[in-house]
Amino acid sequence: MMNFIWVGMVIIGIGVAVFTQNTQIINNVVIHNTQEAVTFAIGLTGIMAVWLGLMNVAKKSGLIKSISKIMSPIIRLLFPEIPKNHPAISAIVMNMVANMFGAGNSATALGLKAMEEMQSLNHKKNTSTNAMSMFLVINMSSVQLIPLSVLKIRADAGSLNPTEIIATCLIATMISTIVGIIACKLLERMY
Amino acid sequence: MINILNFVSISMIPAMITLIFIHALVKKVNIYEAFVEGAGEGFKTAIRIMPYLIAIFLAIGLFKDSGALGLFTKILSPITNFFHIPSEIVPLAIMRPVSGSGALGIVKDLLYTYGADSFIGKVASTMMGSAETIFYTMAVYFGAIGIKNSRHTLLAALISHVAAVFASIWVCSWLF
Repeated sequence: MMNFIWVGMVIIGIGVAVFTQNTQIINNVVIHNTQEAVTFAIGLTGIMAVWLGLMNVAKKSGLIKSISKIMSPIIRLLFPEIPKNHPAISAIVMNMVANMFGAGNSATALGLKAMEEMQSLNHKKNTSTNAMSMFLVINMSSVQLIPLSVLKIRADAGSLNPTEIIATCLIATMISTIVGIIACKLLERMY
Repeated sequence: MINILNFVSISMIPAMITLIFIHALVKKVNIYEAFVEGAGEGFKTAIRIMPYLIAIFLAIGLFKDSGALGLFTKILSPITNFFHIPSEIVPLAIMRPVSGSGALGIVKDLLYTYGADSFIGKVASTMMGSAETIFYTMAVYFGAIGIKNSRHTLLAALISHVAAVFASIWVCSWLF
């Protein structure tokens, strides 16, 4: 699926650029976007290291175990495959907290940690488990409580009430997250 | 109001770090050593996700900058018209799962063209705040742990995205 989409996007992109005689764009993208990707990954290294360091501290102090124990009943509703008190639960909870408050890079670092923990429970290492898919679908449906970047550009654009979209965002996010969870639960049996 | 919200958002990560430190201090963990030991793993992860990031940035860049995305929007317009999705919003609905910065650019454009407090402006803001990028997230998260077969993940995520698009329009026409 990913292969199909990736190749499709590249070929169609190049095709359209050639057809509209914008071939220069291809070269620009090949040079600049790839560089951007490397810069981004290296930028992520810092925050990644910080959170993995903190997670190691929390593991040694027993905090990870405590959080996993407390949140087990709730998290296991969505991720029944993850055993009780497993450290993956802590990583999932911390990722969601970071996501809710819009700390994107911290959320990514914690999310990757959660994926690693879930991978340790996976029997087919190259195939996604139900828990991983559910985790990603919830992540990708956005669980952010306050969309700060949107509030900022609304204020910049001269809105009289930039915050009035917080309620609509929350309702729309809730609907899309619930739809995502249901879709995931239904589809996981077919794949 | 924005200041208070900003403060709450900015305080959350420091609060989490403080909690971890206080708990570790009480439990008498050697915090410095444990931190450095764990932090070393960060580099491995960053290197592992790099090829996936390069691949996805390349594909998104080619698709967006070549004008293919715009073309795609036009092809889809009979479908979006049928569902009464305002045509001004369609490029945003398609860009949102592809690129976060690209989508923010479209929202900015819409806010300045139609006004931040117009119906279009409110729907665009809501859509921006209630959806996420999909392709990039999937590539990075699955790439980091070497998953090749993502099963139903993409389909479920796209269904959720379509729900976010419709929900943004419905909620705005209902509340405003």
